[in-house]
Amino acid sequence: MNVSEAVLTAENLKVELGGTPVLQVPSFRLNDKEVVTVVGPNGSGKTTLLLTLACLLRPFSGGISYRGELLDSRDAVFRFRRKISMVFQDPLLFDTTVYNNVAAGLRIRGLSKNELKERVPKYLKMFGIEHLAKRSARKLSGGESQRTSLARALVIEPEILFLDEPFSALDPPTRHALIHDLARVLQETGTTTLMVTHVEFEAMKLSGRIVVMNGGSIIQTGSPSAVMDNPVDVFVAKLVGMEAVLNGKVLESSNGSLVISIYGKQVCALGQGKPEEEVNCCIRPENISVDTRNVSGEDRNVFAGRITHVYSMGPFLKLNLDCGFPLISLVTRDAFAKLGLAEKMDIYASFRPASVHVLKRNI
Amino acid sequence: MDLILEGLLKAFHLIISLDREVLEITWLSLKVSGTATLISIVIGVSLGMIIALSTFPGKKLLIAVINTGMGLPPVVVGLFVTVFLWRNGPFGFLNLLYSPSAMIIAQVVIATPIVMGLSVAALQSLPPMLRLQILALGATRWQMVWLLSREARVPFMAAVMAGFGGVISEIGASIMVGGNIKGYSRVLTTATVMETGRGNFDMAFALSIILLLLVFVVNYLFTLLQQRERPR
Repeated sequence: MNVSEAVLTAENLKVELGGTPVLQVPSFRLNDKEVVTVVGPNGSGKTTLLLTLACLLRPFSGGISYRGELLDSRDAVFRFRRKISMVFQDPLLFDTTVYNNVAAGLRIRGLSKNELKERVPKYLKMFGIEHLAKRSARKLSGGESQRTSLARALVIEPEILFLDEPFSALDPPTRHALIHDLARVLQETGTTTLMVTHVEFEAMKLSGRIVVMNGGSIIQTGSPSAVMDNPVDVFVAKLVGMEAVLNGKVLESSNGSLVISIYGKQVCALGQGKPEEEVNCCIRPENISVDTRNVSGEDRNVFAGRITHVYSMGPFLKLNLDCGFPLISLVTRDAFAKLGLAEKMDIYASFRPASVHVLKRNI
Repeated sequence: MDLILEGLLKAFHLIISLDREVLEITWLSLKVSGTATLISIVIGVSLGMIIALSTFPGKKLLIAVINTGMGLPPVVVGLFVTVFLWRNGPFGFLNLLYSPSAMIIAQVVIATPIVMGLSVAALQSLPPMLRLQILALGATRWQMVWLLSREARVPFMAAVMAGFGGVISEIGASIMVGGNIKGYSRVLTTATVMETGRGNFDMAFALSIILLLLVFVVNYLFTLLQQRERPR
């Protein structure tokens, strides 16, 4: 990463709403052709960050630069806005045809009718909505509306595309199809993109870099696999799906392997730590196996326990387990039936040491 | 029943034969209320837009005041306009009292809060993020105003219709500041009151039917304009 690659940089961004700080970002950069996803819970400041970086919300302090030029004047901000585009969660279409909606940004820029006829159909086709060109935007389904909004944003061939939870309002099949198509379009066009979303793992697939926010600050940034596998704290661990978080204390440490005491039981894990150190052990439910017999080899942690609750999660079942400490396991319906599992049943839960993500506990 | 039937028949005769006096009264009504509506659109829509699109302390109070103005009794307006235009009132030197101009002034005062209040509501009913979306599309300030008004065109036209409907049917102010002078400041509503008082029901019927037709035709045209260009 060298300086010339940065399309958008921000320094010391602070945003306050009614006197309370809602965003505090010491520095941020978006590189050319990069797709970055900002994730975080509601109220974490991710949308505020997006609007501020798009110069649609004036920060309380700090500066934003586009390709090295500080956006500090009305004129600079206006020229910047002509180079970007934005898609919100609500498609916010105009009360006219799909064609006119997609053409809106080009008309604002004063392009001729002939230029519109060349560009608009190309982008309608890119999002698979060319057959809807003459349809009223008021008569579209949720997915079609968002496709129109995305086509309207991309037709101007923006330098930066900002996406504010563009898939949140869509049902899963529509969402999958749209994410798939957007991934293709972004790849084809090589558009630099900054997207904000709840944790949607499919959306993470689009991006080369994930930024995790909480309480108005960036708490972790890295590649999707780095964030998924090495969350920096319990908050991020839970966000990326490590549902079981257990308090423990390191008993032994040697060559990157640990023995940790959890509720008086010994758990093997991989990681660094010193004896007597307080830690959190985070485990993904899909990495915890359940069996009726104690069949696992020595390389696994095995605990006798009992199923306390069974929740349906579509094709999966989520089991709450009590092994002297609480665990959560995700099993397929198929496996559940084959093993003849049921609530209140005694079972053996097991997981590999590598499945335990160890975090130092801040006391 | 005869009274009503005879009245209606004579009324149609007066309309079909293009009675000169009826035509004059109709034309003046249209001229006065049309002009007043136009002026109130210019003031009401532009100020309404500024109010709706900006934030300032006391905005809610101002909107409440405007909304109260939507129910301004025409006789109260008539009283104030009369006092202002009275020979030794503040604007007495303009010599406007008992003239169509005075009626236009009074009707502008009545219609403007209606148009303004409904314009503010029209713009406020648009999604709040739409403004950001339009700015993010690269719009200038004027392009944003244009796109927002186009989005609000249906409620905007409703505002215009309400304004016109308010003044064309109004009587209190017109009679007070216009004086119902024959061939000069007599309009459909003031003439209807007078003819009914005299027992000339045929004439009153004719004027009423014309008033209704006029309101219908004008609103029909506005509606066409409002619903135009709405794709299927």
